[in-house]
Amino acid sequence: MKERFIEGALFLSALFSIFVTLGIIAVLFFETFGFFKEVSIIDFLTDTQWTPLFAEKHFGILPLFTGTFLTTLIAISVALPVGLISAIYLSEYASERIRTVVKPLLEVLAAVPTVVYGYFALLFVTPLLQKVIPDLAGFNALSPGIVMGVMIIPIVSSLSEDAMHAVPMGLREGAYALGATRLQVATRVVVPAAFSGIAASFILGISRAVGETMILAIAAGQQPRLTLNPLVPLETVTAYIVQVSLGDTPTGTIEYKTIFAVGISLFVVTFVLNMISYWLRQKFREVYE
Amino acid sequence: MAFKIKEVSAFYGGKQAVKNVSLAIQARSVTAIIGPSGCGKSTFIRCLNRMNDLVPQFRLEGEILYNGTNIYSRDLDITEVRRRIGMVFQKPNPFPKSIYENAAYGLRIQGISKKGTLDKVVEESLKKAALWEEVRDRLHASALALSGGQQQRLCIARAIATQPEVILFDEPCSALDPIATAKVEDLITALKKEYTVIIVTHNMQQAARVSDVTGFFMMGELIEFDITQKIFTAPSNKLTEDYITGRFG
Repeated sequence: MKERFIEGALFLSALFSIFVTLGIIAVLFFETFGFFKEVSIIDFLTDTQWTPLFAEKHFGILPLFTGTFLTTLIAISVALPVGLISAIYLSEYASERIRTVVKPLLEVLAAVPTVVYGYFALLFVTPLLQKVIPDLAGFNALSPGIVMGVMIIPIVSSLSEDAMHAVPMGLREGAYALGATRLQVATRVVVPAAFSGIAASFILGISRAVGETMILAIAAGQQPRLTLNPLVPLETVTAYIVQVSLGDTPTGTIEYKTIFAVGISLFVVTFVLNMISYWLRQKFREVYE
Repeated sequence: MAFKIKEVSAFYGGKQAVKNVSLAIQARSVTAIIGPSGCGKSTFIRCLNRMNDLVPQFRLEGEILYNGTNIYSRDLDITEVRRRIGMVFQKPNPFPKSIYENAAYGLRIQGISKKGTLDKVVEESLKKAALWEEVRDRLHASALALSGGQQQRLCIARAIATQPEVILFDEPCSALDPIATAKVEDLITALKKEYTVIIVTHNMQQAARVSDVTGFFMMGELIEFDITQKIFTAPSNKLTEDYITGRFG
């Protein structure tokens, strides 16, 4: 009797989070449905201007997504190489003592509140970059992109390092016994064997960048602009949602409904990324015993 | 003499695993190292290609001369040592790559990537490892799809491919069934013609079957080292006799 009660309670807790997720999706769908009654989905996907807050309204999501794409690209070109190299160092080169000190230190990077990163980008990194690139606007994609990359490093390095650490010692020994150097063992045995874990960490890093809000809302400006120029102000999907949510947009208006349409688009992207990561883990999981 | 081992002691931190061992190993012969678990026989064989360097806090005293050169001397290239002294491990450890890439791995890391050369070496070493007939049609299939015995022979082919002079076997059959074991043993006997073979085993019958010379280790010490036939028929040490007659171990 007691056992069944415990099982039931556990089941309900699991059910609870599923219901919350379903609830969120239902609300998103419902409001998005209202949005598409007023705006055609073709315009939404193909119009190159996003001006729902202006008198002359355009509802093209493209500028927001290029903003997200550009900042994500900058972030991952910092985070993926640095994260992977740190992981290789920690797993294959560092002594046990260095590992136990450096790994937690690196993970502190992930514990810094993003609002702090945002101001760090706006007030420190941007002025610093402006000394090198005089054309850089006060709000831009480059500086928050780089800072976001720094924030993502520990996600990539920590998960990749776990994956590499799990590679059996026997594989390393096999390669060393053939006369491989440390670097060859790391890059040609350990990294390929840990590929699924490393790829999953990359995807997780990318979806973190896609979903990041505060740093971009603070330091990238809030001007939806269809551009791939990292030096000018732009607006990302997430930053737009913040902008409208914080403003005095009345409930039920078209401006209000845009949040949900934009939100669901973002949700679709991160959902797909999650599925890819899940698929990668399944497909390449522990090909070795 | 391929190896001259002089007063070698090996330590893991403060723990001594091998105590003052001296012996000489003939080229193109099979030397077996036997002894109970924890007697230091694996540690000993791993000293011969400096595999123990991977263990933090490992320390070695004494000299291991290979063709007259101390393999522990500072200015020696350790990757070159390991290339000339190959090793096959207890558990088959093929890389999660194709059969072909496993056999070609040793050449690839030396920077050899010419297809003709690789094809030739892969075929030759798979033939020498008596695996060619079984895998010739699926060279590009994953090595992990092979059976345990086939994987172990692939690991032997992988070691042969770099053209070593010595092959060390660290209990190569302990994870294999009797039929696969017999195949690997035949292979070891055949390899003797071209290579110096040193094999660690806790299977005394195996030592008796494949080796020319046998060393018996106990508690880190080399108790007896002699012609295999003599060790198994007329050992001169009481401990050896007790061990091979199954009184302990």
